[in-house]
Amino acid sequence: MQRTISFTLNGKAARLTVDDERMLLWVLRQDLGMTGVKFGCGSALCGACTVIVDDEAVRSCSTPVKEIAGKRVLTIEGLGHEKHLHPIQQAFMKHHAFQCGYCTPGMILNAYALLRKNPRPTRDEIIRHLDDNLCRCGVHLRIVEAIEEAAGVPRAVVKGGAR
Amino acid sequence: MKPEELKWEDESVQSESLDLSRRDFLALSGAGLFLFFWAGPLDALQEPARLGRPSYPTDFNAYMKIAPDGRVTCFVGKVELGQGAMTALPMLLAEELDVAFDAVDIVMGDTDLCPWDMGTFGSLTVRMFGPVLRGAAAEARAVLLAMAAEHLQAPAARLQVKDGVVTDPGQGKSVSYAQLVAGKRIERHLANVAVKPVSAFKVHGQSPLRKDALDKVTGRGKFAGDIMPPGVLHARLVRPPAHGAKLIDVDTSAAGKIPGVQVVRDGELIAVLHERRDVAGHALGLVKAQFEPAPPGTDDVSIFDHLLKTAPPPQVLGESGSLAEGEKLAASIIETTYLNSYVAHAPIEPHSATASFEDGKVTVWASTQTPFPVKQQVAQALRLAAEDVRVITPYVGGGFGGKSASRQAIEAARLAKLVGKPVQVVFERNEEFFFDTFRPAAVVKIRAGLSPAGKMTLWDFTVYCAGEREAKQFYDIPHQRTRSSGDRNAQGLHPFAVGPWRAPAVNTNTFARESHIDMLAHKAGVDPVEFRLAHLSNQRLRRVLQAAAKQFGWKPGKTPSGRGVGVACGTDVGTWVATMAEVAVDKRSGQVQVKRVVTAQDQGVIVNPDGSRQQMEGCIMMGLGYALTEEVRFRNGEVLDRNFDSYQLPRFSWMPRIETVLIDNPEVPAAGCGEPPIITMGAVVANAIYDAVGARVLQLPITPERIKAKL
Repeated sequence: MQRTISFTLNGKAARLTVDDERMLLWVLRQDLGMTGVKFGCGSALCGACTVIVDDEAVRSCSTPVKEIAGKRVLTIEGLGHEKHLHPIQQAFMKHHAFQCGYCTPGMILNAYALLRKNPRPTRDEIIRHLDDNLCRCGVHLRIVEAIEEAAGVPRAVVKGGAR
Repeated sequence: MKPEELKWEDESVQSESLDLSRRDFLALSGAGLFLFFWAGPLDALQEPARLGRPSYPTDFNAYMKIAPDGRVTCFVGKVELGQGAMTALPMLLAEELDVAFDAVDIVMGDTDLCPWDMGTFGSLTVRMFGPVLRGAAAEARAVLLAMAAEHLQAPAARLQVKDGVVTDPGQGKSVSYAQLVAGKRIERHLANVAVKPVSAFKVHGQSPLRKDALDKVTGRGKFAGDIMPPGVLHARLVRPPAHGAKLIDVDTSAAGKIPGVQVVRDGELIAVLHERRDVAGHALGLVKAQFEPAPPGTDDVSIFDHLLKTAPPPQVLGESGSLAEGEKLAASIIETTYLNSYVAHAPIEPHSATASFEDGKVTVWASTQTPFPVKQQVAQALRLAAEDVRVITPYVGGGFGGKSASRQAIEAARLAKLVGKPVQVVFERNEEFFFDTFRPAAVVKIRAGLSPAGKMTLWDFTVYCAGEREAKQFYDIPHQRTRSSGDRNAQGLHPFAVGPWRAPAVNTNTFARESHIDMLAHKAGVDPVEFRLAHLSNQRLRRVLQAAAKQFGWKPGKTPSGRGVGVACGTDVGTWVATMAEVAVDKRSGQVQVKRVVTAQDQGVIVNPDGSRQQMEGCIMMGLGYALTEEVRFRNGEVLDRNFDSYQLPRFSWMPRIETVLIDNPEVPAAGCGEPPIITMGAVVANAIYDAVGARVLQLPITPERIKAKL
């Protein structure tokens, strides 16, 4: 159904007249220019399209836009920018917690959702929380380490130059 | 690596690829030689040009430009897939040119701006293109130094260069590269300029912040699907349900009635387009297409018999001693057949392209590993002159060999020409799995013999349908033969497209070899590390194996020890690796958890240690997939695994403790590092599972069912 939907996008009021059954992913990418939200699988299986809706990580490829009416939506574009990176972004930079970078916005935003709820997660909690976000380059270890650093969790020290 | 071992990764680029097997050039990457002379127009690099093939330009200006503000832009035909070329190549340029790494910007994979390159694959970037870029930068530096000597009126030998500024300590005067060049092209050239020796390296060995870091953590970095010129239409295409299915009839009338939808048909190419991708997708759902079913064929179980029946007679790759003599000396023989299934590349970014056709010229932004071959293919498909096609490669969201093939770029370009507007084609995940050029299913047969004293006397190895890369034996065995039958380009073997998959053929060959070596060690009653060392005179491999054992804390024992520890060794693209792993196996469910992986690697000169570790860690995680779960199921041309629900990629919960050991070996030129550590993952997991529970699984992936069947 075509209707006008109001919500908050990255801290700013947004109003959009749109078929409200369309998926949030495509509305964000095409109607609103938020290309940091990535298309990966279209079936909520990979997490590349993760955005934050009212502090919860959601799969925008499978969320009809009608579900965000009146809510706050945060994409990677709203989390931080070049001059003012979010601590999670800083930690991803420092640890090189990315390779191709395609899953990275979804990883960072899902980590953000975790730390909102649980500011000092254990390594197991990080792994459980991120387990449905796929990374084909195999950067998992660095992603976990970056989130630990962003959360201020002391890092485990392993002897022999190993991590 | 010997010249004859260099194989092209993709048949589509073969016909126009630079003939890198020129002796002069390849001698440069041979072990032990790490100084080479950039001879201006380097003979080796010119030869392909004489043969009418593209080649690397010999004018160093093609690779770099010095701006009036002193910033240096590096131009390369390579692309950034995540592997870190965007960082490693500027390091090489900064090293030779004597400019700050931070002062170097890089433009990659733009066919209008960058010098020709055949593609980003085969771990060729640092190993093969690195010397070209270094040579160009060394010549540029020498020319700039000569210009500075004239400018400062001082002998060149007295001058010092740092961060792009040439200083004459005698007079205390200096001049910058930027002042010397004044934004112009450098017209002078010099012959026989030496690159720096390892002892003079300052940038090598550093691990700077990746140049793509900010773009990637802020989400502002653009991928091909993020390029949306004004008026762009998103295309969804009618696809067959199975490979070999033929279109009988199509009715697009319902789709065409959706406001804003445009239907295009050009032969086999049938597309619905709309300015919103999701609306185009909805319209595609209304298209009624009838296909004649594909003829009955193989499936993922019967494929191995089919391959063995269809494969051509094996070709001998290497032979020494006499197999009959080896048989005679053997007190026991182990003969086994190893299988591995088709495996998908499954990058998280699907194949994507945006094309814009204007004034008879087309620009294509493509997620591709091969922008220059794509340019040729687009020119051919659109009947354009090559100079009217520009391919631009933004960030590529993972390739692993799968984006050497780029049909989406051709489709986008054809559609853009047909509709007269920019068009974007991005594969759905099910198209990604359908059109993927899978790692080929393959069979390896090995017959090996042990003397009464536990020494290997016989080795007869035949690989079917995977390819010959690194099939040859590196353990010392007096009587041996290696054969290969039907490489992956052979016709009629595979029911769909196959292609290079990270370390093509080497995963298959290494899984079989290293599983078999473990079985021989068990038969001999010897610890598997000790057994390997007893047959190993290759010093580089001995050293990585010993380094891995030290880091792992390997305690010798006979298999199966119940500890769940395993080892595997291998070589690829000039690099040697040894991997050790510890696993836990749940006998009831057959589930495996890999608890720890240690990989030691000798890649010769190390350009960027952190970059190498990123690749090693990535190979370990990615390799767990083909070891444990990844397998494309299919029947009669229909691909049954079409998304990440049934096709399982490695996840966070699989993550072992990962330890990487880099061997510093400055005596060998920088070898490849994007692929080698993945080659041992199948065998190391197989061997550790055997050590844990005594189940020897001979087929990849090692699924719970296959483990339980062996218990």
